[in-house]
Amino acid sequence: MSAQEPTTSRVVTVEVNGQSYERNVDVRRLLIHFLRDDLDLTGSHIGCDTGNCGACSLLLDGTLVKSCMLLAVQADGGRIETVEGLAAEGELTPMQEAFSAHHALQCGYCTPGMLMSATALLRVNPRPSEDEIRKGLQGNICRCTGYWNIIDAVKAASGQEVASRE
Amino acid sequence: MSETIETATPVAPEQALVVEETGAPQRGFAGQNVPRKEDKRLVQGEGLFVDDIKRHGMGYAHYVRSPYAHANIVSIDVSRAESLDGVYGTLIGEEVAAVTEPFFQISSPPGAHVKDYALALGKVRHVGDPVAIVVAQTRELARDAAELVEVEYEPLPALVDARRALEPDAPLLHDEAGGNLSWSGIYEWGDVDSAFAEADHVVKISELHFDRFNSTPLETDGALVEFNRGTGQWTIYTNNQFPGFAAIMMGPAMRSGLDKLRFVTQDIGGGFGNKITSHPQLVAICLLARKLNRPIQWTEWRTDFHLTMSHGNERWFQDTEVAVTSDGTLLGFRTKAIDDAGAFLRYEPLGGVIWAQVTPGCYRWKHVRLEFTQVMTNKAPVSPNRGYSRMQHLWFTERVIDIVAHELGLDPVEVRKRNYVRADEMPYTTPNGCVYDSGDYARMLDVGLELIGYDRLDERRRDAESRGKLLGFGIGSTLDSGTNNFAQSRLINPELQFSGNNEVATVKLDLFGEVVVTLGTTPQGQGHETTAAMVVADIIGITPDDINVRAGHDSYWNSHAGFSGTYASQFAVTGLGAVKGAAEKLAGEIKKLGSVVLGCGVDDLELAEGHVRMKANPEAALPLMACGAIINANNAGLPEDLDVTLNARYVFRPQFEVPDLERKYGNLTLTYAAQIHVALVEVDPETGVYEVVDYAAVDDCGKRIHPQIVEGQVMGATAHALGAATYETYAYDDDGNLLTPNFYDYHVPHSMDMPPLRTGYIESPSPFTPLGTKGMGEGGGAGIHAVCAALQDALAARGKPIVYDSHNPYHRVWELLQDPEASRSRVEVVAQ
Repeated sequence: MSAQEPTTSRVVTVEVNGQSYERNVDVRRLLIHFLRDDLDLTGSHIGCDTGNCGACSLLLDGTLVKSCMLLAVQADGGRIETVEGLAAEGELTPMQEAFSAHHALQCGYCTPGMLMSATALLRVNPRPSEDEIRKGLQGNICRCTGYWNIIDAVKAASGQEVASRE
Repeated sequence: MSETIETATPVAPEQALVVEETGAPQRGFAGQNVPRKEDKRLVQGEGLFVDDIKRHGMGYAHYVRSPYAHANIVSIDVSRAESLDGVYGTLIGEEVAAVTEPFFQISSPPGAHVKDYALALGKVRHVGDPVAIVVAQTRELARDAAELVEVEYEPLPALVDARRALEPDAPLLHDEAGGNLSWSGIYEWGDVDSAFAEADHVVKISELHFDRFNSTPLETDGALVEFNRGTGQWTIYTNNQFPGFAAIMMGPAMRSGLDKLRFVTQDIGGGFGNKITSHPQLVAICLLARKLNRPIQWTEWRTDFHLTMSHGNERWFQDTEVAVTSDGTLLGFRTKAIDDAGAFLRYEPLGGVIWAQVTPGCYRWKHVRLEFTQVMTNKAPVSPNRGYSRMQHLWFTERVIDIVAHELGLDPVEVRKRNYVRADEMPYTTPNGCVYDSGDYARMLDVGLELIGYDRLDERRRDAESRGKLLGFGIGSTLDSGTNNFAQSRLINPELQFSGNNEVATVKLDLFGEVVVTLGTTPQGQGHETTAAMVVADIIGITPDDINVRAGHDSYWNSHAGFSGTYASQFAVTGLGAVKGAAEKLAGEIKKLGSVVLGCGVDDLELAEGHVRMKANPEAALPLMACGAIINANNAGLPEDLDVTLNARYVFRPQFEVPDLERKYGNLTLTYAAQIHVALVEVDPETGVYEVVDYAAVDDCGKRIHPQIVEGQVMGATAHALGAATYETYAYDDDGNLLTPNFYDYHVPHSMDMPPLRTGYIESPSPFTPLGTKGMGEGGGAGIHAVCAALQDALAARGKPIVYDSHNPYHRVWELLQDPEASRSRVEVVAQ
């Protein structure tokens, strides 16, 4: 490659859920497509073209990000946590358990992003109020549940009482 | 936040489905909230959605779409795109037309003459109409290469307003159809003229408008298609939610036998009806898989979905007249519906009859005349969307009720209770011959009023007033008709050879005692694996955990029929009906085998705790594992005439007749779930901004197999309705440009937008279904109706404006406040 030609690909090294990956990546490739297409980590999803839906939400160096709003090369050297890493030891996390117990998922397509946003919220705010939960999830669209059960699940996962419906 | 109220409505006693006569009756799993079988994989990101599927050497497909609403295609040049390194090939409309037939049209003439192919041919008819597809090694490259396809267009005037479609100078979409009309029909039942002669008041409403939107499932449409050159078979991994319909559309178009089209689905990221009509895309991807001799992957971009897929039916109701007596009894109505189908008829004009499933809504109207006219416009094609076509009509009936009440000074609760079909009239035959199977709408309304705190309404109005707000109260009463009688399509086109309905399930007992269930359905979050396992568990005497329900649909499983899929609120009837039938068949075979092995009569046996055993002596028992092993691998010495395979297939077929086509009279659906919603809104009169401050949703879908799943569906339908009431619209400009082509502009509700919700239910088991269940899930858009009613109530003190549109963003409410007379001019009351 001559010095004048623009770089179209670069080597990227990332750690995803504790495992290291090194890949040659198109510099224009989005982080979400890198995870899904190159690393075959298809747990994180894509629901929009515009950064609105949050289905691709994950943690990059501990910060909640939408991985469709980043290029893969921007994650170089980073430590990524995705939904696949939550139950790393085979045991579901309290958040995953609460989502199931409270019927906070139907089709399950938004769920990976929703779980990552909720997990990130509880790390900084272990007992959020209902308003704080709603704010914490406002970057994630769910088209099945109307959010009520998701909010209940986050409350339950943070050890708070959830009003019974029965 | 939410609460459920047990009601006094009679509920069928719990069926002790597990036969257990030796001990205390054992309660079945049906009716309990068991953990969903689907959840474990979905909360770990281990679901298998269509975009997750990969094949070696596959190419990514990207569509080239029209930027014009209406234009002739002068030329398409794909050469620059094809010359790019890594581009595998392209497809254009002329190639499609050379190797496929136009899609079969449901409509009678003139809609029957529409020519619809997988890609545009000769002209484009809406922004986003596909003109070419590029396939390349990566998603990014396919997208880049698509930019290099050069299409020369000759723009034509666009038809955007359906009300203008039949004017002589309106732009013409389909020359072959000779005009923009797709279908029209006059429906009249009862004695409408006499009803109007008898009426004390005639309320006239010049025009109401139901807006265009859809449910925007978070996962867009997609497919991965492999073509086997040796057998000529396509394997279509997809998220299409009605493979039975796709097969009917695709086989003749592709000149292919249906066995060459293998449909496979697994996890589907929401459907809501919007994933029924992806057959044009599936055909195009099949053709590319054959042409390019490699697997082809296609995933719609969000913008593609908004531009092209399955918008809901937009509908006008003009020249409405309502006959009312002075005590508030509703005698009848007449109206003219104009339905906007968009550019193509992909499932239409079925919307022209589907509404008739709920002709009188929840009410005892006896005399009805509705002139239905459906036209084509330069907008995205419409297709089923949660509440399909009934929602539009139910919105109309609810709007009419509240406008009548408002104008005649009647109480909206009283006028409903006076006119609701009554519990003691069930099963109730509507003026057009539909049979409402069971229900108690007045009781449901009482539950809703209690949940919302109706007795404190005046107090809350004063409180809102003290804060400068206007409080409004509104009711939405709807029906969710389910299990279609497909013979209703013959009211649209008498030549069609569709009728009845069916669904299939298989239940088998395998070698090591595994019970395996296959379904013909294509669930998108409704929890079919769980509820099917519950029904089987109760019949075989095991637990849902012991049962493997295969995820998704595969037409190679031999567990599908012509109407297989998940749509139109029917799984709890058709799907579970098939599951129950197959499980009972298997139970019978297990007992037959048991009687041979244990040397007793079949009637001496029961299934419980994983065994077939003698009722009189539970020690004399054969484990299911032994049954599976004997039949599958250890069958020497069994009697020759023992007709036991332990592999049971059952087709559920509800009893239907073909309606009287002349009178348009007959039963169109098997069950009628009901939803009564109540909303309280607060409006800021300075700005028109409003908020739903309290909300109650009361549901009756008969026997509930899994109450939590039922409530989840109620919540989802409520959220969709609230989104459509306030935020969601497919707005077009005068040139036919879609102004809301993504989630930036098309605002769906977020977690911050949801009001406090209370839920309630009653259970009126259906007398017509195997489990007493009713199909549910779609709802009837009750939230839209309730918000419209609440807004009209809130604004009443400010000049009594009329809420005339289903979609009421804040600016429209502000307009109603600024100029109430403009809306009031739509309504006139004539005393007789």
